[in-house]
Amino acid sequence: MVSFLFKRLLQSIVVMATVAFIAFSMFKFVGDPINNMVGQDTSQQERDELREKLGLNDPFLVQFGRFSLNAATGNFGYSYKFQVPVSEMIFERMPATLELAFVSAIIALAFGIPLGVYTALRREGFISKMIMSLSLVGVSLPTFLIGILLILLFGVVLRWLPTFGRGEVVEIGAWTTGFLTTSGLKSLILPSITLALFQLTLIMRLVRSEMLEVLRTDFVKFARARGLPNRSVHFKHALKNTLVPVITITGLQLGSLIAFAIITESVFQWPGMGLMFVQAIADVDIPIMAAYLMLIAFFFVIINMIVDILYYAVDPRLRASDGS
Amino acid sequence: MDLLNINGLEIEFPSRHGTVKAVKGVSLTVQPGEVLGVVGESGAGKSTIGNAVIGLLEAPGRVSGGEIFLNGEQINNLSDEGIRKIRGRRIGMIFQDPLTSLDPLQTIEQQLVETIELHLKLGAAKSFERAVDLLRQVGIPDPENRIKHYPHQFSGGMRQRVVIALALCAEPEVIIADEPTTALDVSIQAQILELMRRLCKDKQVGMLIITHDMGVIAEITDRVAVMYRGDLVEEGTTAKILGDPDHPYTKSLISAVPRPDVRLHRFPMVDYIEKEEDRKKTMDISTHWLGQARDFDAVEGPLVSVENLVMKFVAKEALLKRNRKFFTAVDGISFDIKQGEVFGLVGESGSGKSTVARMICGLYTPASGAVNFGDTDLTKIKSEKEMDYYRRQMQMIFQDPFSSLNGRMKVMDIVAEPIRFHKLASSNAEVESIVLDLLEHVGLGRQAALRFPHEFSGGQRQRISIARALATRPRFLICDEPTSALDVSIQAQILNLLKDLQEELGLTMLFISHDLPVIRQMCDRVGVMRAGKLEEVSETEALFTNPTATYTQELLALMPRLDTLSHEGLEVEGA
Amino acid sequence: MLVTGHKMDNTINTSRLERFLDSDIWHSFKQNPVAIVAFVVTVVMLLGAGFAPWLAPHDPFDMVAIDIMDSSLPPMWMVDGDPRFMLGTDDQGRDILSTIMYGSRISLIVGFSAVIFSMVVGITLGLVSGYVGGKTDAFIMRVADIQLSFPSILIALLIDGVARGIFPSNLHEELSIYVLIFAIGISGWVQYARTVRGSTLVEKNKEYVQAARVIGIRPGTILRRHVLPNVMGPVMVIATIHLAVAVITEATLSFLGVGVSPTTPSLGTLIRIGNEYLFSGEWWITIFPGAALLILVLAVNLLGDWLRDALNPKLR
Repeated sequence: MVSFLFKRLLQSIVVMATVAFIAFSMFKFVGDPINNMVGQDTSQQERDELREKLGLNDPFLVQFGRFSLNAATGNFGYSYKFQVPVSEMIFERMPATLELAFVSAIIALAFGIPLGVYTALRREGFISKMIMSLSLVGVSLPTFLIGILLILLFGVVLRWLPTFGRGEVVEIGAWTTGFLTTSGLKSLILPSITLALFQLTLIMRLVRSEMLEVLRTDFVKFARARGLPNRSVHFKHALKNTLVPVITITGLQLGSLIAFAIITESVFQWPGMGLMFVQAIADVDIPIMAAYLMLIAFFFVIINMIVDILYYAVDPRLRASDGS
Repeated sequence: MDLLNINGLEIEFPSRHGTVKAVKGVSLTVQPGEVLGVVGESGAGKSTIGNAVIGLLEAPGRVSGGEIFLNGEQINNLSDEGIRKIRGRRIGMIFQDPLTSLDPLQTIEQQLVETIELHLKLGAAKSFERAVDLLRQVGIPDPENRIKHYPHQFSGGMRQRVVIALALCAEPEVIIADEPTTALDVSIQAQILELMRRLCKDKQVGMLIITHDMGVIAEITDRVAVMYRGDLVEEGTTAKILGDPDHPYTKSLISAVPRPDVRLHRFPMVDYIEKEEDRKKTMDISTHWLGQARDFDAVEGPLVSVENLVMKFVAKEALLKRNRKFFTAVDGISFDIKQGEVFGLVGESGSGKSTVARMICGLYTPASGAVNFGDTDLTKIKSEKEMDYYRRQMQMIFQDPFSSLNGRMKVMDIVAEPIRFHKLASSNAEVESIVLDLLEHVGLGRQAALRFPHEFSGGQRQRISIARALATRPRFLICDEPTSALDVSIQAQILNLLKDLQEELGLTMLFISHDLPVIRQMCDRVGVMRAGKLEEVSETEALFTNPTATYTQELLALMPRLDTLSHEGLEVEGA
Repeated sequence: MLVTGHKMDNTINTSRLERFLDSDIWHSFKQNPVAIVAFVVTVVMLLGAGFAPWLAPHDPFDMVAIDIMDSSLPPMWMVDGDPRFMLGTDDQGRDILSTIMYGSRISLIVGFSAVIFSMVVGITLGLVSGYVGGKTDAFIMRVADIQLSFPSILIALLIDGVARGIFPSNLHEELSIYVLIFAIGISGWVQYARTVRGSTLVEKNKEYVQAARVIGIRPGTILRRHVLPNVMGPVMVIATIHLAVAVITEATLSFLGVGVSPTTPSLGTLIRIGNEYLFSGEWWITIFPGAALLILVLAVNLLGDWLRDALNPKLR
């Protein structure tokens, strides 16, 4: 177990280092940071001094090392456009995105897994076929279009729900939450459904196909041949075996929720990190882009670690090969 | 009253090519304490019978006629719930592959106790006791501890014992075993069959055992039913069917079984199923391209010899090279193959015999040792061009006829590929005429050239493989289990073909098999392998009559005794 | 056990067409009304987009032909509708149906180009990775893993952002469609590479590849002649579904305002422009392009879904 975790940790560090390198390269090769920091009328001499002061004349590796160290402590420098520390901007907006992603993850899992199991078990049933057809529509609808349709229906036509922003938020220390006010919760409904829908269909289809795969295995046939009732065959034997591959992919999918929030946040003007990132791209605000990239990688690495540990807990074959 | 009575059973599979009748009116009975064998080749419909009895026919198959009675009670018309209550409780089932029959995420205990609880409702403590007791009965050592383990912690043979224990959970009246030992090595097969027979007699269970293997039939059954393409062609006591069969199909089947006891010149009467397509010897090998003097250097002494051959595979990767763990598949092997002889390598799965073949033909690079072809050490050759000269002299026939041909190429292109690559013919027209001759010579019609592999049966595909191997005009042919994926009558045809070709073309052969009787029919000399080492090398007849190594003696003792087989029509070699 | 070689006694010289007509794929297609409808819809939309300059009722980019008086007309069946403009007009008086046809053209050009780009990169790397193995394989697959941890939309956004930083803005405008193809294409190669690598690992251990090696055929030829044709099945399934994804990604990027330049609007751009009028009640400006996008993507997805099932009969 320890050596297994150690190996994973090592891999995570490699991933982070690679991403840091890409982020750093953006700084280095895209645009001139000095131009972005000073006004038009700054003299060449002042520019050179600033360049020297910022260490931009140091060897490549030294600069990369400094960048990585800074990044590890959450320091990504100043936004070119807003001239405030990037870390401040991110921490201010992180709660909005995380709350949105969290609610969406719950929706996607709570509906995706049961629907996947149901459609696999009642493969020929009418309802199953309906759900499968609908799910294909779900996969085919771009997230932003779902958002627009929801806004049109619930915001413009029915006027039931707010269509932009987070509503009222409550500050708890550094964290702002929309969970504690009615308007905050109401504001969450449309964006979280929008964000969850695509993942929901993906998870459902994945669970279904894995479940069908497991239902075809010999041990399921042997379980039936021993007279075990369907309930036991389906949920005790088949479902548990289905979860092993599902955990990995679901983990990755949920990780990508945070990044997919970019689109949802744009549609609903949700004041999160994704919206900030899109604006940064339009403005070529490299520090924000780099920081966002690193943050997503970090979330991914954390989720992957959790997935690995879960995997370990579910599958005895992994535990044994480690012990002996 | 019969314990199990199958009466006029018909099973059909609708498909878009029309409805296929898999079983056509078959009637069978099983009595308590009796083992009935159902034997047949692939497509005989034998497995579908077993599945139909327990109501688990795979879609879209369905029972279209006949009845099944268990102790007088009709069971083929029960509801899903009704037949479920019979499965496991009154009829136990054993499947072929023990590696996939058990749920990998549950301990043996969970699986046993669940089944016992379901059928016998003994309560947790009693169920556990019974589970341990069952494991003891099927011969699992230290059952109190082993029961806590997961399936992957057991070997294949042990897992099949667990599967048997699971089938016995509720003291069923009938056990249906579908190829229960096919996935196991011969030594383990003998133990499992012995166990099954003993349990059947002790508990007075009726057993229906479905198999393609005459050895299994001879070992365990009291009566045999022979099936051919959905029909029951003959039924009788085991001694009668094996020793004095009546039906021509049974006779042909029996005559195709490789004998452990005598060496035959050829297999007789083996064309009941797949007629060799009028294989007339239209070509004279001595003047044909195939038999023409080849431009190979003459070789003094053995054609192929290997010296201290070692092969290691990485068993566990590690970050540092020195921490890698290796598995030694072949551990210092040396032998010679004389010109014109058939040299056999025999051993159980994992003994390294195929690895040796792959090292000789260059698919694997040995960790150390030499592969000499004549006087040249092939492992020292660096240039591909130089190697091509030896590749031309040395070809290989593989085990699996379904994966050894590229399904996207026509047979013409498959067989022509080596001729074109080595530029053995001057024009495309010549290439094509050679391919057509070759196909004819291996017993396929000329029309075969324009078809794709999927249009052929396993035996026909193996003939295409042979034609491809011959297309470089090799003098050394490696056959790696060339018939182990084939039905026994097809196997006999292919072995006959290989014997003929070897004689005609004066081929030197390395023949690899796990099947001792096949080795006896094919080889002049044999090497016995175990765990990467060569235990013994000797003349084939001497090996079978007078083995020296203990391991060889064990292997021979475990061979199914087939000495009761009918001798009708056999030409025994040397007799 | 089923009928093998059922037509062995018929004519021997089966043409490719005959083989296709007898294949399971064609048979399953004939029996699947959903697949047929999806196929017809896809073909109609491809033709409509491909021949937009000849088929479209108006040329929405011809400034002379556009009359600002015609702006914001609703679809023709509504009260203020104008029969000249079946699906209405946008704020500048452009015919919605025509803009959709021209827009689909851009969307599909980007989609197809990105898919082909991904395919070439992915198949090549997958074949090499699977066949060569060892360090090369480990390296390619690590890169793939890392890339896989970022959703394709994020990668495409980043590439677009970087391109904005590198090229001056007027050049960027001109190059935007190529940047987009590159961004979407590069974010999609991993799936092809992984699938092809997996199939290659299976195929290379099959005996027909070993037989080719024993004959002496060189690795390049083995990959091209033997392995590639045998791994194309799953690749076609991925390509179909990837086309849908690529069109969605393009639309999303254009919707976020970082896609193709507004002078050559794609479906996504049209939806974004229309979105601004959603609250003022002019829903048709955004809903019709949205519906066109959905129908196109859905049809392609349905085809992909059917193709996957047809190639894997056991999944049904």
